[in-house]
Amino acid sequence: MIHDFTYLRPGSLREVLSMLADHKDECKIICGGQSLLIVMRQGLLVTDYLIDIKGLKELSYITFDEKEGFKIGATTTHRMVETSELIKQRCPVLVAVEKKLASIQVRNWGTIAGNLAHGDSSGDLAPTLIALDAKMKVASSMGSRTVPLEKFYTGLFETAMEKDELVVEVQIPPARPGTATAYEKFNLIRNDQAIVGVAAAVTLEKGGACKEARVVLSNAGITPIRAKSAEVVLIGEKLTDALLVKAGEAAASDADPVSDIHASEEYRRHLVKVLTKRMVRQAWDQAAHL
Amino acid sequence: MEKQLLKLTVNGQEYELYVTPKTLLVEVIRDHIGLTGTKRGCETVSCGVCTVMIDGMAVKSCSILAVQAEGRHVTTVEGLEKNGKLAPIQKAFLDHGSYQCGFCTAGMLMSCEAFLDENPTATEEEIREGIEGNICRCTGYNSIVRAVEAVVKGDYREEEI
Repeated sequence: MIHDFTYLRPGSLREVLSMLADHKDECKIICGGQSLLIVMRQGLLVTDYLIDIKGLKELSYITFDEKEGFKIGATTTHRMVETSELIKQRCPVLVAVEKKLASIQVRNWGTIAGNLAHGDSSGDLAPTLIALDAKMKVASSMGSRTVPLEKFYTGLFETAMEKDELVVEVQIPPARPGTATAYEKFNLIRNDQAIVGVAAAVTLEKGGACKEARVVLSNAGITPIRAKSAEVVLIGEKLTDALLVKAGEAAASDADPVSDIHASEEYRRHLVKVLTKRMVRQAWDQAAHL
Repeated sequence: MEKQLLKLTVNGQEYELYVTPKTLLVEVIRDHIGLTGTKRGCETVSCGVCTVMIDGMAVKSCSILAVQAEGRHVTTVEGLEKNGKLAPIQKAFLDHGSYQCGFCTAGMLMSCEAFLDENPTATEEEIREGIEGNICRCTGYNSIVRAVEAVVKGDYREEEI
C-alpha cells in the first residue's frame, strides 16, 4: 500500500528547485514513476512530499551538436530516445538497449534520466552510458554541476546527488573517431532485467590495434562496475581469441556479484566472462568497419 | 490524505473526480468511473493486463498516478468499439480465438491497437515485440499474433465489418 504524501506539481524547473530546497529531507521526485511507484507500493519508500516533474516540457528534449554531443533532458521518455533518428544515426547502441528495456508501455511513460537516477545496479542504460562516457547534469537552487556517470553511483540505490538536487540532463559526448560500443544482457525472458549485462566500447588505431577500451558491468556488484583490468588487457593489442579470453577473465575478477534467486555468484562471474568476450568482439568488429 | 480535483477524458467523455494523489490510474478507471474491462494483475509493470492508452500511447495504468493523467485522453478497452461496432482488432481476436481465460485480453487489445496505430504494416517479429509487455498465462500467443497479422493483411478493413 502506498503511504500518504503531499503531491506537488511545479510548473517550471525553477519551481522544482525551490520545492527541493524547501523539502529536501522529506521529498522525492516522480516523473514516469515506473520504478518509483513499485518501491512505494512495496512500502520500501515513504515520502512526505512527491514532486511531479512529468509535465515539465522544458526538460523534454534531445539535442545534438558536433562539439558537445547529445543532451537529453530529464523528462525525455525512453521511447523518444528509442525512436530518435539522430540517436539511431549517431549512437545506435542506445536504440538497441532501449528496445530491450522492459516493455513498450514502460518506455512510453518512463524516462531515461529517471532510470539512471533510480540507481538500480541491474539497469542496462547506466553501464552503456558509462561506456559512452556520459555525464549527468544535476541542479539545485544554488546552481548546477556535472558528474561523470561513472562517479554517479556510490552504493546500492545511492547516487552522488545531494538531497536538494535534481537530474536535469544526460550528456553524451561525441564518439571518438574509430569507436564502437555494444551492450548485451543475459536473462531468461527477453526484455527482462539483466541477470548480468556487459557494455564494451572499443577505439581502434588506424593499424587495427586497440587504442582505448571501456568495459562496464551490470548487476555484477552494488553499482555498475567499470572493469578496468579488462581494459588494460585490451589496450595496445590486436584482436585474437586469446586476448578476448584474457579480457573476460580480467573482467570476471573485477566483478563483485552476489548470489540471489536468479543466479549464483559463480554463475554471474561466468556470465561476465562470456559476455565480455562477446561484447568486446562485437564492438571491435564494428569499430573496424567504421 | 486530502482529495483533489482531477479532470480527465476517458473514451471521449470528460470526468471531474475527487481523488487522493496516491490513487492509481487503474483505480480511477475501475473503481471511480466503473469501467472494469481494464484488469489489475501484477501491479509491478510486468504483466500488462492493466494496459490502456494515454494520448494514444500504450501505458500500464497500475503504475501511473491518476493525477498524472490530468487533462489527458485515456482510452480503455471499452473505448475501442465505435457506434456499437467492434474495432477490427476485436473482431480479429474473436475470429481467431485469441483468448482462453480472457484475463489478458483487454490489455492485449490495447497494446495491439497502439502499436498498429504506429505501425500498420507490422511483421510477425514486430507484432511479437509489440506484445512483449503483455503476458498471456494460457500461453495463447500464436492465436493473438495470427489475429494481428489478419488485421495487418487487411482482412478487417473497417468498412467491411
